[in-house]
Amino acid sequence: MTSRITRKFSELRKKGQKAFIPYIMTGHPTLQRTGELIRLLEAAGADIIELGVPFSDPLADGPTIQKAAQAALQQGVTLSSVIAFVADLRKTTQVPLILMTYYNPIFKYGEERFARDASAAGVDGIIVPDLPPDEAGNLIAFCRKAGIDTIFLLAPTSTEERIKKVAQASRGFIYYVSITGITGANLSMDASIGSHIAHIKENCSTPVAVGFGISSPDEAATVSQFADGVIVGSAIVRQVENPDEEISRYLLSLRKAVQ
Amino acid sequence: MPALSELEAAYKAAAKDSGFAAELAQLQATYIGRPTPLYFAKRLTEQLGGARIYLKREDLAHTGAHKINNAIGQALLAKKMGKQRLIAETGAGQHGVATATGAALTGLSCDIYMGSDDIARQSLNVFRMKLLGARVIEVSTGSRTLKDAINEGLRDWTTNVRTTHYVMGTVFGPHPFPMMVRDFQAVIGKEAKKQIMKAEGRLPDYLIACVGGGSNSIGLFFDFLSDEGVRMIGVEAGGRGIETGEHAARFAGGSIGVLQGTKSYLLQDDDGNVLGTHSVSAGLDYASVGPEHAYLKDSGRAEYTYANDEEALNAFELLSRTEGIIPALESAHALAETIKRAPALSKETVIVVNLSGRGDKDVQHVARIKGIEL
Repeated sequence: MTSRITRKFSELRKKGQKAFIPYIMTGHPTLQRTGELIRLLEAAGADIIELGVPFSDPLADGPTIQKAAQAALQQGVTLSSVIAFVADLRKTTQVPLILMTYYNPIFKYGEERFARDASAAGVDGIIVPDLPPDEAGNLIAFCRKAGIDTIFLLAPTSTEERIKKVAQASRGFIYYVSITGITGANLSMDASIGSHIAHIKENCSTPVAVGFGISSPDEAATVSQFADGVIVGSAIVRQVENPDEEISRYLLSLRKAVQ
Repeated sequence: MPALSELEAAYKAAAKDSGFAAELAQLQATYIGRPTPLYFAKRLTEQLGGARIYLKREDLAHTGAHKINNAIGQALLAKKMGKQRLIAETGAGQHGVATATGAALTGLSCDIYMGSDDIARQSLNVFRMKLLGARVIEVSTGSRTLKDAINEGLRDWTTNVRTTHYVMGTVFGPHPFPMMVRDFQAVIGKEAKKQIMKAEGRLPDYLIACVGGGSNSIGLFFDFLSDEGVRMIGVEAGGRGIETGEHAARFAGGSIGVLQGTKSYLLQDDDGNVLGTHSVSAGLDYASVGPEHAYLKDSGRAEYTYANDEEALNAFELLSRTEGIIPALESAHALAETIKRAPALSKETVIVVNLSGRGDKDVQHVARIKGIEL
């Protein structure tokens, strides 16, 4: 069966559009607020939503998402409660949902049980930034069986061999990290991003979405020239406690920029 | 991942390169001051009244701890790889000082990540790093100790990977770090074996070393692994006691998990979040342990136990008074286990304890604990 994520990308491709993929941290500042934010994101035209799972040691994240994770952990949010939260969300929305989680919570939960429970709850894909495909054989197999897309990361420093490996292991889309760095860093886009993405696309037909460091509509517009999707995380996470109208205005400006 | 592959390839090439080995051996002899002595602790032996106790004097290595063995090796490698900058994490500050020293020696720039709690209890080493030309970057996230300093170091490396080498200070992190750091530290055991053969004409019965990440202990153990009669004991930090939850005894209180690119024993909760740790010694205050130790534990080749804060502090004072050697609080954990065991062992039994570092850095901290103002 084609996944919700793949269906979304092909639908967009037919219309000549690019995917707008916002990220928020589940439970930051509260689970109730996360529910409200998801409605705002959908209303602003989010194509796919990434839900962060809080972890004590978020190695790939900058200060903004680190703080959001701390806040969520203090709320007692865990991988199991995020899965339950998704099950609840599925009563009201069909938007494709991706969990971004570090590996240890999945390992502790049990890989097979995780894939089964996440799939039953309505999770469409996972991103595990500290798990390279080389070490992900079991998790990939369980996710394939459960119908969950596994999304792996590529970086500007990735070699030819790595591009092939990631392309082979990824379903739904490939996450191209725009910079060598962590989430929320300043984007210093060089001309090479276009050629990097073009090169990845020579290796596979999987869509490529770009994230890390994208905060302004201008940056989103530039990136969407090359990529199939644009991921915005820290810049949204910084605003979650602002008034809804303000957040919506910002989201709509991003949505418009991703073309 | 590409950075790790690049590092692995560079390390493998260096390991085969006789020029690299000669340069390292030259620096070990003339700069670090190796071999470090193996000292028979006569008065400690007499006082405990049992086994014969030898101390491997890593505290006499340049900069005052075994950390220099690895830092110089990696600094040379980084230079060879064309990197311009070294970064490292540090707990007690010894690895930070060693890396800053390696940077000064090779002419590379250097930034050290250190948790704010550790900065407070190791101010002497903070100043030493600055004197050596390094910048000390305070890490105030998470538990504000070694684990968080590693997180920040790895984040920096991810960002500046093209110009920077990350000098992991212990046998942890993603491959090839655990292997490479072990190889650079294995000199401890190689020397100790020769020295004990000379002193006693036979192999020791026991090797005892403290285990934080596990680099000094694996350094001592590694060359003896195939010597079946040699028992190996790693001593973790029991902190305020396992039952209080305020400790860093991963084998006694942890379960298998994955942190910072390593699968090993980990102090974690039921949801896979890493728990805070406590030890009187900053260098043992870490939530996980080198994967090779996990292997040695599971295979039964080495035993692991722990000493709590109070026992370590008592050992710290005892060695100072009986031998005139002020040990690092980390090494004092190994001594605490020795103090427990030696009296019940025969006078023919031989124990080699790794005195992994000297205690100058801890003097202020210990005075504070005792309520003495310096």
